[in-house]
Amino acid sequence: MSQGDLLHVVTDDDISDARRRFGHGIVWASAALMAAVAAAQYAQVRGLADFGFQSWRPTLYAYIFWAVCLCWSKVLIHGEHGKRTLFVLPAALFVVSLTVFPILFGLVIAFSDWNLSSPLGRRFNGLDNVRQMWADPFYWNALVNMVWYTLAILVEYVIAFGLALLLNAEIRARKFFRVAFLLPLMLSPVAVSWMIGKSMLEVRFGPVARLARWLGWDNPSFFGSPEIARFTIMVLDAWTFIPFMMIMILAGLQAIPKDLTEAARVDGARPWQAFWEIVFPLMLPVSVTAILIRIIFKLKLADIVINLTAGGPGGATDTVTSFIFREYRDRSNVGYGTLLAMVYLVIIIVFMTILMKLAERFTGPRT
Amino acid sequence: MTDGTDRGREGGDAPAALRFGGKAGIYLLLVLWAFVCLFPIYWTITTSFKTAPNVMKGALIPWVDYQPAWLGWRSLGLSPETIGAASTVRDEFMKRFMNSVVAAVASSTLAVMLGSLAAYGLSRFSYRFGFMKNSDISFFFLSQLILPPVVLALPFLVLYKELALLDTRVGLVLLYTLTVLPIVIWIMRDQFSSIPTELEEAALVDGLSIWGAFFFVILPIALPGMVASFILSLVLTWNEYFFAALLTSTHANTLPVMVASQTGSQGISWWSMAALSFGAILPLIVIGVVLERYLIKGMTAGAVK
Repeated sequence: MSQGDLLHVVTDDDISDARRRFGHGIVWASAALMAAVAAAQYAQVRGLADFGFQSWRPTLYAYIFWAVCLCWSKVLIHGEHGKRTLFVLPAALFVVSLTVFPILFGLVIAFSDWNLSSPLGRRFNGLDNVRQMWADPFYWNALVNMVWYTLAILVEYVIAFGLALLLNAEIRARKFFRVAFLLPLMLSPVAVSWMIGKSMLEVRFGPVARLARWLGWDNPSFFGSPEIARFTIMVLDAWTFIPFMMIMILAGLQAIPKDLTEAARVDGARPWQAFWEIVFPLMLPVSVTAILIRIIFKLKLADIVINLTAGGPGGATDTVTSFIFREYRDRSNVGYGTLLAMVYLVIIIVFMTILMKLAERFTGPRT
Repeated sequence: MTDGTDRGREGGDAPAALRFGGKAGIYLLLVLWAFVCLFPIYWTITTSFKTAPNVMKGALIPWVDYQPAWLGWRSLGLSPETIGAASTVRDEFMKRFMNSVVAAVASSTLAVMLGSLAAYGLSRFSYRFGFMKNSDISFFFLSQLILPPVVLALPFLVLYKELALLDTRVGLVLLYTLTVLPIVIWIMRDQFSSIPTELEEAALVDGLSIWGAFFFVILPIALPGMVASFILSLVLTWNEYFFAALLTSTHANTLPVMVASQTGSQGISWWSMAALSFGAILPLIVIGVVLERYLIKGMTAGAVK
């Protein structure tokens, strides 16, 4: 986390007591209003009174009003300093209300049995969901699949590095190739899963199947056996995301000073040697960043799987996300799905923290 | 970007033939990969003009292998004969298209606004929110990137149901803004830290307020970064499927949901699916070709120091 130069400006504000009191006043008043609205709505849900609310929207509006008052009060109370807070506060409030609150809410859901389509509503069921998860072979299978999918990134990285080297060579029409290589990233995974997965890999008349037959694979089927199906999904996902790593690596390559490679060549290093001993080490930090970001995106992989195989055959291509998606679609059980997602989140946080620590040590300042 | 300086090359000991071979190999690989990247797009376009026998034959080249017909586009009501007449399919398609446009543009705009402000604040002032200092706040924002959508999906489903935000554009826009906000902050922080603080200091001395300095002095300079983050957000939100599939049903469906809902049925009419898919990817292909510079700027922000 490098910090740029901070701006140091001395300001002297003269804030009257009345203004400060007003600032505090609006925050507390709007908070009280929000509490009152929420209490009224809760009373209605409980059947204690009827205020004619259709949904929880009034509480939402009260919350937004409170947030605006909070921002305003910062300026009223702290003057110039408050205006600075105003840069970060809206985004912070936005993120907190849209992640922290739902996650806390999700923790409540995770330990309950809640079928959205049944009239019974939410029932707390303690650790039942955990026990169910423990015995659910499909969830563990999906987690293992994620390991495979993540490992595939290494291959993607090698290809992306190769492509970046090609683009960095002295070639004509570089812009054309760069745009062409970038295009797969722009395509929606859903469209890709139709365009390639359903259409081009069509067993009877898809061009890829015909190519495979011409190459001597008698009976091409890309989603038949578990291994091949998983491999196909990996290839499709790689196809969309290789450009991303390629662009990052290309930027890294272009930042390497020409004198270095030049000097190596003058010193008689062979191209291969120059690559391994100069270019590759210099590229480590960029590579690590690219791979880390790629892993983050890979862990969200779902669209292609949902649309192409729905996890099959036999769960071989399932990702955690697609599994939870189906779990909800088939049984509309919010509780169990949320627990699975929470467990996944914990695993990801632990995994990414370890990975980032390792990466830091790996690429940290070398003496 | 291209530097043709080839000095010192003639001193190399590689024989000319080998170098020529290497060059040819590079071009061969480049063309091969370009083919891999572009062929699916080509295939989709051509399929949208095929009829059933052409699809079965696996015809490749229009006018050579088969005679193009407007079949696929007619089924969307977008072929020359049908474009003038009223068409329910086209209305349906346009509705989804507009939903996608609104969701993508609105959420990207909102994310760029919120994200730029936050990134600017974090790169210029030191904050203390409770125990959190600047680096903690930055980390808090960026760590949202790790959060898998599936964690938020089901709680949001329930919350939106209670708030009557299910199947509305507003609901989608809020979530999409959340998902791209960390990326915007990442790019903009990089952008702002490359702008010297002397600029604001001068502006402040000249009597502008800090917000005035931000709007009139800094924002114009940071515009490329804002465009880059906007475009990148646009790409991500336009293609988003998971939330849209869960949280919308009839009113606020986006294009990816429409594409996905058609693939499930067997006995697919290839041509209309191809036309639909192509309609879904065309805007981004245009953006990719025209604004490629900004995309690359966005993706490489912070990667190279």
